[in-house]
Amino acid sequence: MIELQHVTKLYPASSRPALEDVSTEIDKGEFVFLIGSSGSGKSTFLRLLLKEDDPTKGNVIVNGKTLNTMSKWQVPKLRRTIGCVFQDFRLLRNRTVAQNVAFALEVINKPQRTIKRVVPEVLEMVGLEGKANRLPSELSGGEQQRVAIARAFVNRPLVLLADEPTGNLDPETSEGIMLLLERINRTGTTVVMATHDYHIVDSMRRRVIELNGGVLTRDQSRGVYGVGR
Amino acid sequence: MRVNFVLSEVATGLRRNLTMTVAMILTTAISLGLMGTGLLIAGMISDMKEIYYDKVQVSIFLADDVTDEQRAAIDQQLSGSPEVANHIYESKDEAYARFQQQFSQQPELVQNTPPDALPESFRVELVNPERYSVIAAEFPNGQNGVDQVRDEGDFLDRLFSLLNGARNATIAVAVVQALAALLLISNTIQLAAFNRRNETNIMRLVGASRWYTQLPFILEAALAGLIGALLAIGGLVVTKILFVDKTLAGPIRAGIIPPVDWGAIAFISPVIAAAGVGLAAVAAYVTLRLYVRI
Repeated sequence: MIELQHVTKLYPASSRPALEDVSTEIDKGEFVFLIGSSGSGKSTFLRLLLKEDDPTKGNVIVNGKTLNTMSKWQVPKLRRTIGCVFQDFRLLRNRTVAQNVAFALEVINKPQRTIKRVVPEVLEMVGLEGKANRLPSELSGGEQQRVAIARAFVNRPLVLLADEPTGNLDPETSEGIMLLLERINRTGTTVVMATHDYHIVDSMRRRVIELNGGVLTRDQSRGVYGVGR
Repeated sequence: MRVNFVLSEVATGLRRNLTMTVAMILTTAISLGLMGTGLLIAGMISDMKEIYYDKVQVSIFLADDVTDEQRAAIDQQLSGSPEVANHIYESKDEAYARFQQQFSQQPELVQNTPPDALPESFRVELVNPERYSVIAAEFPNGQNGVDQVRDEGDFLDRLFSLLNGARNATIAVAVVQALAALLLISNTIQLAAFNRRNETNIMRLVGASRWYTQLPFILEAALAGLIGALLAIGGLVVTKILFVDKTLAGPIRAGIIPPVDWGAIAFISPVIAAAGVGLAAVAAYVTLRLYVRI
């Protein structure tokens, strides 16, 4: 599903690589935590999977496609199979909950009929039925993140990438978000979640990939956040 | 492609940057209007050349006291000259008739001019119009019944160099304005893209095609270009009605200046519109490619 082969990423402005000779494989339907301190390369890892950046060395393979050799016009097609969730939600403030979710389908040219059907379905799934016509500013942080997850999931991606999705949320709200991500994972969607939240990592006991200064230092199934932390 | 979506994005974009949009439209309109004026002047010049250059190149005006013998001698000398392609004689009566026709719009001038005030003349077409001095030398002024030899081509050359200068100046200003318009378009599009960066970022992430993301911006610029072009065409029409057809009515009817007809404006209007839309769209596209990550 996702494979990195000896991936090194150097940013022009920095002398130290953001990722150095990272190799790993993530199977379909896995739930993986990507952990490490700030600047350890987690975000770079996720950016490479989205082909927001190209690796300096090595190969990145997503859904059977080698991204290095992929032409520019194929990138949108790749991204339609990947959902993204961020710490800062990234909702459109002037659109309602339903419009925010529908936006993701409208811009990839889904028929209006489909949109009308699937948007309420996914809003119900994330627990936002009845709030379809609210604006993001009228929602709590946890609810806003649910909208973002609904938007990321509405097109049924094969992979869901989450970059510190609970970073702005209190522990109880975070727990709700994690239950939701787990539920999405159970539908067969691969979930890769970068996080600092050791409570979550420790309680979920899923595979953990740890990056340290751009180097993959641990890859453990059913891992915890840190041994000597 | 979802037409409604794209159109509503275009409308929102234009409204959000209203002041920039107005500036963009106005500079585009001025630039295209000047370009149209330049094209109309160019057309006018070529019409005028047809009117004038085909006619006489050298006029030999005869003195009032010219004798029949002198006139016949000049006629004969012209007939024998290898430099002369063709020549015609114009009597005082014919000169007056032509004068009446040319200035029919100014009856006072015609009334105040006695029929014998205009000199008789030979109108001479040269084999090579540049060889005016040879003819001038053969017929010295004030001798043998010749009053004056005038090189009409020389006058026309000066007239046309003046008109060409006017055309070039107009087009030069149009080009400078076009540059300003292009920079404004580029700026407006950058601003629009910045204003909508949240939307475009999400579009990029959920896999909207490049076209889908860029089209609203390009259409926004193209629409502004089209409005600018329509204003420019309107400006040309108003100029024709209020200036050319009124102020220049006399010389036009006298055949001195060719009229600016509706056909000419109809002909250049699509050129102006295409230039406005095309340049704006290309400027927007290039801007998006160079400056905006989409």
